[in-house]
Amino acid sequence: MNGPVGTSAERVDGPARVSGGYRYLGDIRLPDVLHAKLVTLDCARARIRSIDASAARRVPGVVQVLTAADLPQPVPRFGPQFRDRPVLAVAETKYHGEPVAAVAAETLAAAEDAARLIRVEYEELPAVCTIAAALAQGAPLVQDPALRLGDPLANTNVLQEHRYAWGDTETAASDLIVAGTYTFPMVTHFAIERHGCIAARDGDGITIWSTIQHPFWLQRTIAELLSLPLAKVRVVAPDPGGGFGGKQHAKYEPLVAFMAMRAGRPVRLILTLEETFQAVRRTSAQVRVRTGFRADGAITFREVDADYLLGAYADIADRLVSKGSYVSCGPYRIPAARIVARSILSHTLPSTAFRGFGAPQPLWASESNMDEAARALGIDPVELRLRNLARRGEQFIPGDTPADGAWEQTVRKAAELVGWGTPVPAGRGRGIAVGIKPGPTTGLSYATVRLLADGSVVMSSGTSDMGQGARTVYVQIAAEELGVPMDRITLLMGDTAVVCYDQQTSASRSTVLMGNAITYACREVQAQLRTMAARHCQVDESAIEVARGVVRLPDRQIPIGEFVRLGLGRLGGEVIGIGESRKEHVPGHPLSGSPVFFEFNCTAVDAEVDAETGDILLVRHVTVSDVGKAINPMQVRGQDEGAAIQGLGHTLMEQYILDESGRISNLGALDYRIPTSMDLPLQLCSDVVENADGPGPYGAKGMSEGALLCVAPAVAAAVTDATGAVIRDLPLTAERVWRALSTPAADSSPTATATAAADEQRRCADGT
Amino acid sequence: MSRTHLIRLTVNRVPRQVEVTPRHMLLDLLRDDLGLTGTKACCLVGECGACTVSLDGRIVNSCLVLAVEADGAEVTTIEGLATDGHLTRLQQAFLDEGAVQCGYCTPGQVMAARDLLAHNPHPTTAEIREGLAGNLCRCSCYAQIIAAVSAAAAEEEK
Ligand code: FES
Ligand code: FES
Repeated sequence: MNGPVGTSAERVDGPARVSGGYRYLGDIRLPDVLHAKLVTLDCARARIRSIDASAARRVPGVVQVLTAADLPQPVPRFGPQFRDRPVLAVAETKYHGEPVAAVAAETLAAAEDAARLIRVEYEELPAVCTIAAALAQGAPLVQDPALRLGDPLANTNVLQEHRYAWGDTETAASDLIVAGTYTFPMVTHFAIERHGCIAARDGDGITIWSTIQHPFWLQRTIAELLSLPLAKVRVVAPDPGGGFGGKQHAKYEPLVAFMAMRAGRPVRLILTLEETFQAVRRTSAQVRVRTGFRADGAITFREVDADYLLGAYADIADRLVSKGSYVSCGPYRIPAARIVARSILSHTLPSTAFRGFGAPQPLWASESNMDEAARALGIDPVELRLRNLARRGEQFIPGDTPADGAWEQTVRKAAELVGWGTPVPAGRGRGIAVGIKPGPTTGLSYATVRLLADGSVVMSSGTSDMGQGARTVYVQIAAEELGVPMDRITLLMGDTAVVCYDQQTSASRSTVLMGNAITYACREVQAQLRTMAARHCQVDESAIEVARGVVRLPDRQIPIGEFVRLGLGRLGGEVIGIGESRKEHVPGHPLSGSPVFFEFNCTAVDAEVDAETGDILLVRHVTVSDVGKAINPMQVRGQDEGAAIQGLGHTLMEQYILDESGRISNLGALDYRIPTSMDLPLQLCSDVVENADGPGPYGAKGMSEGALLCVAPAVAAAVTDATGAVIRDLPLTAERVWRALSTPAADSSPTATATAAADEQRRCADGT
Repeated sequence: MSRTHLIRLTVNRVPRQVEVTPRHMLLDLLRDDLGLTGTKACCLVGECGACTVSLDGRIVNSCLVLAVEADGAEVTTIEGLATDGHLTRLQQAFLDEGAVQCGYCTPGQVMAARDLLAHNPHPTTAEIREGLAGNLCRCSCYAQIIAAVSAAAAEEEK
């Protein structure tokens, strides 16, 4: 390859982003726009008795106050999996922050003033905010069973139960059984760009501008809610300022769409950071893992019981429960497995997709379990993993996509980079863990590539570039295929009226699925050029090759950019290629489709624990991902290192704190800490394995979530290595570590029976 | 409606006059009144650094500064750095080092880094980490941001 693929090409649109010129959603100014403000109650759950907006309506500049009563009845509901979320709370609020009304005014200040003047009479109701509370006998039901017709679980707070099993876990003969229960906290995405949207009537339809990751999904949602044809709903989605999964699905776009249709003027809603905290979070979980081992370390069976705590509405969270728990046995060869994962509803804010999509939770448990087992067996943790790791081509989940990488290579590289096996000073320790995540299971992406008469290119793609760098990768691919310099290519994205359909931007799919669509579109352009060349040069088509930017004739080669001018002739015009990349669903498959690839990562850390304070200092953090092929090594590195640091958030410091009534007490940046430059490990070291064995262009695999998957178990293992303390709850705050150090827990020596007993106790005592 | 005040200030070397209400913040003035949307808003409580601008030669969180306080001041925003479309070394270093992912924190990071380098042209890595601790990046490209600032400092030396 001598084109830009495989080089660290500068970010497309980079100059605009470093000089303040890039227009994000909040930078769009529409004439005549109204500003919206939500009205919420300061409690988790309440029965709404009455809403008095008379004072609010009198505030100068107020144009509209919308309550559920002003919406079509019954109030429309929406949601990517279940249509369970009402546009505004109906009769009862079900989480702290659920809006009961919204105001639109000429200025934001007027909207805020009016929102404060809305008198809501309500009665606070008991809320269930933990797994234990939601499952307790006689617990209030979060969702009305009438909304769950025909669902045998409708009279419980369990939304769904997912079961996967193979082999016989009962009869597996083991020398050692290691069990434990682990908790994973509620954390939030905290994209620096807050969520927002603008809606405006547009002729006989509507246009929505949104920070959304999935513009085409939003288009469908709005079309259904407003009973409009898809063609009358235009979604404009400027590149999000960080998404991480939180911006995948509609939140307040439906509400703002109704407001704008009613007002006949554009309506704009930008959430505050506090409101964004009340709009999206990761699904918290409690995961019990029980694994049998032979004395030589071979796993004999594994049982996983994963309870995920969803919010009041499902959003896409049940899907992440099924998909994340699907790989909860890890990338190992396990003869017998039983996985039960439950999606549990609660009176908390709806959880949604977040980098890792349900996999970090069970991996925290299962990889910590591996570490405890290694200690109990007296086998080196790296060795234990290598012994059990599925080899390339092995079907580690029976009947599904086999191991698609030389995973042991990734583990060996990480171990080497962290200095595994070399001595560490007292107070320091090392930990290692592996992470796996199923890639997309279905997909449909179209791309268009238009080679213009002067050899420049206009292409389009429905992917959202929220920082992962899709724009740059696509331009690199087209530049490589067509031999056109990157700066002569324009890539259109983020407007459903302009670009062709793309299912979604998630699951690290874009380089693979959309990347393939772009490659196919380029190949179609090449095919047309070949026909053109045959005609133009009077040569048989079979004697002509068009690839990597050149038209190869029997006697000479002409760069594509030069040839197209000749080939198009006097009228000029353009050569249009359309690429379609599809991954069909598989009937009967538990995930309704086999993963296109797996994301595989190995994280190893060297950490120092301050015995006095419980502070963890990361001396070295190593992250190695199997990426198949790095189309842009600098971006790959940025994704891996960024994911690693983001993973340190839930590992070391992040968590929502709810009071007994279910109110969030640490809303916003003052009370909720995320990693800063000061939290960077002393040495952050990322590397990749590139065997060009992925299904994407040039052998690429999806990446960018992998490096977050197993940060927590690697760090916890290092803490255990340094101090002997075993901690099974995240985050590993200084206080928690200090407590573990000062009160040697009964369960810190993981022999089979002791662990199981302590574990049962914890299970009863635990909240989340 | 509250009373408005007429304030005069210089923004990116251009003199401006703006009518503002007492509760108007410098951030609103820049973004809404002057249309300089390069400066970003996030937490509005001085914790994230997205709104960082330079005010009379020192950096501030513009979400915490009342617009009236900026009367008579000289303000530089991210839009004021590049000249005739030529990026500054620091801005280019951000791109060269891969320090821009979503780019939403970038204007604030660049403004803070510019100030850091103005006061300490040869910062150590530790000094850069500390100097930028008030600027959150959720894409978490801190390592790349630090590398960019070091690279810009090194190049300045040449
Ligand atoms: S918006 Fe000003 S510091 Fe966050
Ligand atoms: S680059 Fe996205 S927040 Fe910093």
